[in-house]
Amino acid sequence: MLRQLFSFNGGVKPDPNKGASTREPIARLPLPPQLIIPLHQHIGGTPRPLVKAGDRVLHGQRIGAADGNVSSAVHAPTSGTVVAVEPRLMPHASGLSAMAVVIEPDGLDLRVEREPFDWHAATPGEVRDHLRDAGVVGLGGAVFPSHLKLSAGKAGSTDTLVINGAECEPFITCDDMLMRSEPLDILRGAQVMKTLLAAKQVLVGIEDNKPEAAAALKAAAAELGDPALDIVVVPTRYPAGGAKQLIRVLTGIEVPHGQRSTDYGVQCFNVATALAVWNALERGEPLTRRIVTVAGNVERPRNFDVAIGTPIGFVFEHAGLKPDTDKLIMGGPMMGVPLPGVEAPVVKATNCLLASSPALFPPPEPEMPCIRCGECARACPADLQPFELYWHSRSRNFGRAQEYHLFDCIECGCCAYVCPSHIPLVDYYRYAKSEIWARERDKDAADSARERFEFRNWRAEREKEEKAARLAARSAAKPVAKTAEVADTATSPADAQAATPAVTDPKKALIEAAMARARAQKEAAAAKNTDALTPDQQAQVDAAEARRKRAADLVAEKQAATAGETATVSPDAPAPSPAEPGDGAR
Amino acid sequence: MISALLVMLGLALALGAALGAASVLFRTQGDPLVDKIDAILPQTQCGQCGYPGCKPYATAIAGGEADINQCPPGGDEGVRKLADLLGREYKPLNAEHGVEKPKAVAVIDEATCIGCTLCIQACPVDAIVGAAKQMHTIVADLCTGCELCVAPCPADCIAMVPVADTVDTWKWRYPVFELKPVTHAPAKEAA
Ligand code: SF4
Ligand code: SF4
Ligand code: SF4
Ligand code: SF4
Repeated sequence: MLRQLFSFNGGVKPDPNKGASTREPIARLPLPPQLIIPLHQHIGGTPRPLVKAGDRVLHGQRIGAADGNVSSAVHAPTSGTVVAVEPRLMPHASGLSAMAVVIEPDGLDLRVEREPFDWHAATPGEVRDHLRDAGVVGLGGAVFPSHLKLSAGKAGSTDTLVINGAECEPFITCDDMLMRSEPLDILRGAQVMKTLLAAKQVLVGIEDNKPEAAAALKAAAAELGDPALDIVVVPTRYPAGGAKQLIRVLTGIEVPHGQRSTDYGVQCFNVATALAVWNALERGEPLTRRIVTVAGNVERPRNFDVAIGTPIGFVFEHAGLKPDTDKLIMGGPMMGVPLPGVEAPVVKATNCLLASSPALFPPPEPEMPCIRCGECARACPADLQPFELYWHSRSRNFGRAQEYHLFDCIECGCCAYVCPSHIPLVDYYRYAKSEIWARERDKDAADSARERFEFRNWRAEREKEEKAARLAARSAAKPVAKTAEVADTATSPADAQAATPAVTDPKKALIEAAMARARAQKEAAAAKNTDALTPDQQAQVDAAEARRKRAADLVAEKQAATAGETATVSPDAPAPSPAEPGDGAR
Repeated sequence: MISALLVMLGLALALGAALGAASVLFRTQGDPLVDKIDAILPQTQCGQCGYPGCKPYATAIAGGEADINQCPPGGDEGVRKLADLLGREYKPLNAEHGVEKPKAVAVIDEATCIGCTLCIQACPVDAIVGAAKQMHTIVADLCTGCELCVAPCPADCIAMVPVADTVDTWKWRYPVFELKPVTHAPAKEAA
């Protein structure tokens, strides 16, 4: 059946550079000496760690549990010992660290008992929970939890399921190689998704520069004999693999700015995600490995089947990183992000590891002013006006940038690719987007602070009224012998403090007494409830200790700074008590 | 001529009536200007502006009693926004009220805390939990960093700790480029 294809606006045709890494089949990378498995590898809540340092884990064991429904689980890719649950460097442009489970493989690769899951008999809700707990997320790069995209919604609201095998970005070939090697299971996964979504047809889109993959999928589709499956070869043009762009090409549906394809009855998944769904449901295998293209400035560009958590440096060793490499990129040359270091691990989002050299990617030419030539608008596949976005992002006029649909920008880089002034346009969009998100967070925090402030004022008001009423009620009553009482409590336990002469105010006396008690207690105190903690509790305890330490350091610093002043200016004021008796600054 | 005048007169009357009706029908509660100003203020509730909270300061600005450059937590950007809103001239932050600082949250050294509740009473946004003679803790997500709890603590156990960026809150930096010095004649001469 010949399908009528459509076309999206804009786009560019960069050199695909896909030949080098497709010469050889996918190789299974051996396990590294240490696996670093970040807990947060997807969009949504950070999973709770389920293990602690010293625990033994098995291949496929869940080590992080999904935090709520908008989250996903993480699993151990092999058996071994957990050596730490601590912040580690992330493969993220920020160069910051985040919580990760560090596992030392024992080489035995013992598996957890696979729980058979009869997904044919399970309700759609159960299937979704199973996928969430198997850690299945979108493997095209967006890492959105797949189970959330697999709700049928209102009956019959999804008409078409698009399976994205376009893989339009230069250098990246992991989906290509996966389609060649596992066509049958990819399509089976797509069939499961079709059932879950109650979709009528499945369209698998592949760019015409991957004839082998298309042939393999066509043969597999013929074998399955499902008339709803259609393998469609689309023209090669970057970014045909963008979800909205591929949907446009395959179905002709143009999703307007600010809307989702699901509003138009189309849902889109990556081919690797389809396979992960099949593995999770039919084989009971959680997502612990993925295919990663290693390309660019390496001796042996190739696709590797890598355990998630493998340090990036270990992967590059196997591909032979050339010495003149100046930069490492996760993703492709158009949309990739710079990597902060080789210690960062491969995560679920890592589709490609690209080594760059000055010869391969010459440094960008100096930025020139925008001449408003409109080239960028012609190239933009999202039908935006990049020069307007650039103008408003650059002048920090974020409201205007949003009016020009900044958040419909898919950061494909087409605009920057064609810009004759060499303006790194996407950098400006990324900057503007993260500023807007930060502002939204600040605004939410301010709104909640305002509410709590107003509530507190209201409460104070009410308390004052109640007190006034109470006082009025017993206005004639007894003057209490309060002062005597207070004096008692103040003198009895405060042996050390009794010497302080300046204590006159009864309230102050109470506080001084309490402080003396606290000091005495602290001498003897050692927390007794810290054995046999769950890793969760242990993490909390550690966090509290760290906070305390930071606080103590700061207090000590502050005291060091003010010590001189206090001593000379007010000798008879109640002495400020050091946070740590004995090791204060004086 | 007459008809044109009549049309204009009719229009004027109709629109005037509509405006009058709208002003009655859509009357807003409270003072909209105060709310607009309050929406710009950071709600740290620290009182550095000289008023007991952001709302009172907003009221004072609206009433023309206070200047727009007295809120250090709002910073330079806050002053600019206020200037925009009120159509006034931007002016730098008044240093008398303090300087803009990176956001920090208060942390109680829980081993030293004596449970006096003084900090709870000082906190304007109920960010501290604890009861008399019990150890107190600050809920970091709720703390606005106003520092009002630091001074009242008799055990000196509250410290302000700057909030570090995480992978989720990190922001892409404004693109900056190294300007290459223009190298001309000397290079050629050397060669
Ligand atoms: S392509 Fe570059 S120079 Fe041309 S309008 Fe766009 S941003 Fe400006
Ligand atoms: S990066 Fe954004 S603005 Fe630029 S071409 Fe792509 S979608 Fe359009
Ligand atoms: S100085 Fe403090 S209290 Fe005053 S407006 Fe600013 S944040 Fe609010
Ligand atoms: S905990 Fe302290 S610094 Fe934080 S909001 Fe309350 S009083 Fe201010």
